[in-house]
Amino acid sequence: MEPVDLEFEEADLELPSEPMTLLMGPSHPAMHGTIRMILKLDGETVQEVDIQPGYLHRGFEKMSERGTWSQVFPYTDRLNYVSPLLNNVGYALAVEKLLGITVPRKGQLFRVILGELSRISDHLTCNGAIAMELGAFTPFLWYLKAREWVYEACEEQTGARLTHSFFRIGGAAAQPTAKLENLIVPMLPKLLEVVAEGESLLLKNRIFLDRTQGVGILTKAHAQQMGASGPVLRSTGIDYDVRKDKPYLTYAECDFDVPVGEDGDTYDRFMVRAEEIRQSVRIIEQSLAMLKKIAPGSPDDAVSVSDPRIVLPPKKDVYTTIEGTIAHFKLIMEGIDVPAGEVYGYTEAGNGELGFMLVSRGGGNPWRARVRGPCFFSLQAAHDMIRGKMLADIIPTFGSINMIGGECDR
Amino acid sequence: MAELETRVLGGGESGFATTKFELLLAWARKYSLFQYPFATACCGMEFFSAASPRYDIARFGAEAPRFSPRQSDVLWVVGTISQRQAPVLRRVYEQMTEPKWVIAFGTCASCGGFYDNYATVPGIDKIIPVDVFIPGCPPRPEAVLDGLMLLQDKIARCDRTPETVKNTQLPAGAEETLEKLYQLRMKP
Amino acid sequence: MSKLILERLQAAFGDDIVEVSSFRGDDVAVVKPSRWVDACKFVRDDPRCDCGHFTDLSAIDRCDPRTDELDMADRFEVYVIAYSIAKKHRVRLKVRLPGDEPRIATLVGVWAGANWMEREVYDMFGVRFEGHPDERRILTYPEFKGHPLRKDYPANLAQPLLEYREGTFNKLGPFLQDEGMPLNRSPRSDDRN
Repeated sequence: MEPVDLEFEEADLELPSEPMTLLMGPSHPAMHGTIRMILKLDGETVQEVDIQPGYLHRGFEKMSERGTWSQVFPYTDRLNYVSPLLNNVGYALAVEKLLGITVPRKGQLFRVILGELSRISDHLTCNGAIAMELGAFTPFLWYLKAREWVYEACEEQTGARLTHSFFRIGGAAAQPTAKLENLIVPMLPKLLEVVAEGESLLLKNRIFLDRTQGVGILTKAHAQQMGASGPVLRSTGIDYDVRKDKPYLTYAECDFDVPVGEDGDTYDRFMVRAEEIRQSVRIIEQSLAMLKKIAPGSPDDAVSVSDPRIVLPPKKDVYTTIEGTIAHFKLIMEGIDVPAGEVYGYTEAGNGELGFMLVSRGGGNPWRARVRGPCFFSLQAAHDMIRGKMLADIIPTFGSINMIGGECDR
Repeated sequence: MAELETRVLGGGESGFATTKFELLLAWARKYSLFQYPFATACCGMEFFSAASPRYDIARFGAEAPRFSPRQSDVLWVVGTISQRQAPVLRRVYEQMTEPKWVIAFGTCASCGGFYDNYATVPGIDKIIPVDVFIPGCPPRPEAVLDGLMLLQDKIARCDRTPETVKNTQLPAGAEETLEKLYQLRMKP
Repeated sequence: MSKLILERLQAAFGDDIVEVSSFRGDDVAVVKPSRWVDACKFVRDDPRCDCGHFTDLSAIDRCDPRTDELDMADRFEVYVIAYSIAKKHRVRLKVRLPGDEPRIATLVGVWAGANWMEREVYDMFGVRFEGHPDERRILTYPEFKGHPLRKDYPANLAQPLLEYREGTFNKLGPFLQDEGMPLNRSPRSDDRN
């Protein structure tokens, strides 16, 4: 038998390690069901990562080419399904840019209000999910409770909880309902309260801080190269927000701030989103006040343009007059006649710059509808946030990118 | 347990009931469903809602989510299944231990929905057997609860034929109750 | 406003800029394929363009070989959108590629973010990017044949990875046939196979 007290060199005592390949997803609970990561691990350190999207590729762009311009709306709902109304707004604005029309003021304010409500629900879900994936279940449930209020207001207006398909080319499907304001106004302070409550549980919590601060860092230069936008870009300290830099709708008249982070880590992304909820509440409050100032009966006091070539006639006319029936039939069956050309229309959606590259050859069908899903770009940048970090850090980093399958894989 | 003649025993009384063993087992199973949420798409949001405080799926004995197929009884297929995802879904299904049930949550999982194209599986019953279809795009949480109750019902009946959640009518007077609730909430 | 970029490009590249246009405020320059990477580097590095933010890269299939008479030599258009966060202007650069074996140099060296977008264009349109570090399909699966966003790919030609189970019927198929009225889906004649 060998003697027990053999003298070893220090290096001999190191356990031999060789890289291990680990498949994460696509049905991993933290991968939101649709992403697969192939990790090469050295112990717990991630040496190499290959992120594979595409498990929720549903052919958005192919389907858009097959219907009329208006038939794309239901598909846009399901791009970023956490904030469907913002996608509706983005697509409607892109087609309107191609048509060269502007919606009346009331319609614009209406889009701002509902869009910002959607943004709130997006950020609540994302921040709640980050907390949940770090083991803090309570803030998640509280944020979902608050999200129900937002859904309730949207349901009152659009009739659907999640997939609204509410906005139309040239306006909206309906006038604001009588109850809408009554639902929104008392909700806003309660929302802020819930957000603050959730933060009070997290922001002094050692576990939460240690697992988010300094984790998943993205640098300014790299974020730009990768095409990151929205909260992911702003967390690095670049204050690029389409609502400020190229104001659309009535955002130019609103007084709101663009929160930016400093380090570009998971904590900053969480905080940017939390602050954006507060700013959205400010925008909604101001927009509601502006809505009240519109003189009844003035040209501003309409949600849709009055061009019969674009907007469907009122149902009453469809059923009682031949002109109405024909107009309705033509718009539904042939679609809106959009002039030939191509535009890139972009808005600030929940995850960043949502761009629609629309190509028309004239006529009722889009020739090509490309959507620039912001989280597809952010997700690509995640390679560098994850590489060289610990395995467990993937979860909060990935959560804070807010990868939404519908928008990422389209 | 329709077979049982139910009578509540009084204090100090004792008694017994007879039933078939299968039915007793089915009755026990239907209230302890461990679920595996295979959430891929939009419907996942409504699945969250159904699990969240307002709708609280826990009231129906289906609280515990298990993210390991080996520990779960019900596979919720929540959202669109693309052709690329299909082998994954089948693998998850095959890993589950018997007895197992599958719920197709939403139109996409039931028939592919309006994604009628090269990328999407036209209904998960092309891939795996399904017990309950819940229509809706996405279904409301109420419909989800209906679907769960339908599944429990089927479990109790030992019935494995696929079934779809039917449209339920609001009971008489529900509209007024809702309006009253709204008025109550609007009070400062 | 940002005509500036187009002017700078024309001054620097002369005849290699095939076409410039501005439509609804979008500035577009079509570049010859041979100068594609140079033009992109130029808008990124030129201090007066300064377009460091990589916004988008995708492609357009400009003709349907089944119905169109358009010249197949210019069938595909790959475009890139670059934005300057400091100067708040953006430009769209385009390159036109032939219908058979479209190839273009990769932009990964200019903007690292072009990696996935070029993979997507390869996947969806079959445009090859020379020098791309990782040319794989990204949204569809490796077994997939063809390129779905080409106009001649039928929209509902599925290529299932698994055999479908017996005894199920296609729910949507009969529904669409029973409908019996045009849904204004184009092109539809040979689309529904």
